Amino acid sequence: MRDKRLTFKKRLHILKHHFRDKKMAPAFNAFHTFLFTPDETTHSGGHIRAADDLKRTMNTVIMALIPVLIFSMFNAGYQHYSAVNGFPENFSVWNDFITWDNFWIGIIKVLPLVVVSYGVGLLVEFIFAVIKGHEVEEGYLVTGMLVPLIVPIDTPLWMLAVAVVFGVVIGKEVFGGTGMNILNPALTIRAFLFFAYPTWMSGDKVWVYEGMERAGTPDAISGETILGYLAQNGGDQFSYTVSDMFFGFIPGSVGETSAFLILLGGLFLIFSKIASWRIMVSAVAGALAMGLIFNGVVDAGWITETSKFYGLMSFDFWKHLIVGGLAFGIVYMATDPVTGSQTNRGKWIYGFLIGFISVMIRVFNPAYPEGVFLAILLMNVFAPTIDHYVVRGNVRRRLKRFKNAVILPKDTEEKEAALKVETL
Amino acid sequence: MAILSKKDSKLILDPLADNNPITIQVLGICSALAITAELKASIVMALSVVFVMGLGNVVISLLRNVIPSKIRIIVQLVVVAALVIVVDQVLKAYAYTLSKTLAVFVGLIITNCIIMGRFEAFALGNGVKRSFLDGIGNAAGYGIILIIVGFFRELLGSGTLLGYAVLGNPIEKTGLYAIGYENNGFMLLSPMALIVVGILIWVQRSRNPALIEEN
Repeated sequence: MRDKRLTFKKRLHILKHHFRDKKMAPAFNAFHTFLFTPDETTHSGGHIRAADDLKRTMNTVIMALIPVLIFSMFNAGYQHYSAVNGFPENFSVWNDFITWDNFWIGIIKVLPLVVVSYGVGLLVEFIFAVIKGHEVEEGYLVTGMLVPLIVPIDTPLWMLAVAVVFGVVIGKEVFGGTGMNILNPALTIRAFLFFAYPTWMSGDKVWVYEGMERAGTPDAISGETILGYLAQNGGDQFSYTVSDMFFGFIPGSVGETSAFLILLGGLFLIFSKIASWRIMVSAVAGALAMGLIFNGVVDAGWITETSKFYGLMSFDFWKHLIVGGLAFGIVYMATDPVTGSQTNRGKWIYGFLIGFISVMIRVFNPAYPEGVFLAILLMNVFAPTIDHYVVRGNVRRRLKRFKNAVILPKDTEEKEAALKVETL
Repeated sequence: MAILSKKDSKLILDPLADNNPITIQVLGICSALAITAELKASIVMALSVVFVMGLGNVVISLLRNVIPSKIRIIVQLVVVAALVIVVDQVLKAYAYTLSKTLAVFVGLIITNCIIMGRFEAFALGNGVKRSFLDGIGNAAGYGIILIIVGFFRELLGSGTLLGYAVLGNPIEKTGLYAIGYENNGFMLLSPMALIVVGILIWVQRSRNPALIEEN
């Protein structure tokens, strides 16, 4: 009889009572609520019923990231074979890109990054939850997916593991865990890798599978990013077309290349109301503005072709959006609700400066022609300040409006009453 | 300790742990961040500060009844500056490369808040022996943190200790480097020193919850 047998869900519910008040309870509960809705309901107080709890929010972002991840697995193979055999002539997506060979490279190279990122990150989260006796927080679900997508494909797994431990502990847990962090944990991990192991994070070898391994041998292969090429040589004589850049058939960090899929993911996040469209729109505007300024400088003839900034400055302003990590950063990182601005007006300022500073760092950073992660981390730090002044501005404006409204009172009694309200 | 009374030995031992100038009072951070990329520099810096602070406290304590309180800061500066110049000249004479590494930071011992703090708070009001012990204790508390931070930064950042390659040769790929280990360049940058000091504070406070302030 079916109803006599306990379902898996029931078993978990029963098991939960064994774990209650035990040391490992948070670890158990995390698995339990990840799979099923808890069987307990709140009994007291007023509560808002909403369909989108933290787990649902996180899952929506992950859904928006899945196409990017799958694309990146194909791209990993495509870049590898293009570097080894040369770019295919008459490139066709079905014959040259979506192939089992390409996907296999993705499986052996991209999946381990995902597994290590989740494994190490969740382990740290579980340890902290058990020590501090709180529930495991969901914050790492998205971070764990973002991290493998923003590192170069040849990043050694142990480096990633070290960086994840650093990012989760120093970037998040010391501030009090999910929701309390000042900096985006995924970007903290990226920044740690960048400063700790710069040779593995830049140059022309790390962006293709086996690039580092083969360096210095006759079989050496390389795949320079477009920004790296521009920073080195200037001019735009590279072989990638605008459609390559837009659809993402270019070297770069694992998941950042396809502006097209990121755009779709961004639209999905906007329509599911998970991410802020204000931040995305203003960040794009900021990037375009800075790009236009640089193009203007070149057009005005203020810098010559011998300048080391010429290559990046003369790059068409709108192309900044489809190369490098700018699109990925704007859609998935800048819109992080914890570390971004909270007020609507603040979001406009916050987003605009992210785009603006990203392109500025791209052009002026001689060591590494990409600045999205630095720009977002910088603005993460300033987000509370922006919010503070936006809120203060609102208070001041309302007070002013209030003062103007109560000029009219005729007799002194009313005036006094109005002033009394004002001073409260 | 037979030589020192319990009260006196407390003067030396307290600043080493529970009242550490760096991790508890959070003083003297600047030099702790700047010069700890190498263990050798940390040790020399620690010894210099022990010398300056021990002698400085003695001098100030001797003069404590003569110094007019209106100009006491100037007198303290003169004393500490004189001692620092001695250290600086000795380093330049006997360890020139090291004094290049430490660069301006030996001179900046003058502005080290711990030293002025101990002059003001202790030496001006206590006898010579106690002032000497207090100076040595606080400088040692400062130095021990410098050495711990320097140890981790040099080991993880350059793979060496006191200049000896303890983890193998990164260029010839021997030792740990043979299996793919890489030096952590972030360790050589000052922000990481701040994080290491932060972790030390964290460890110390979680071992001794009495140190955590009430909100």
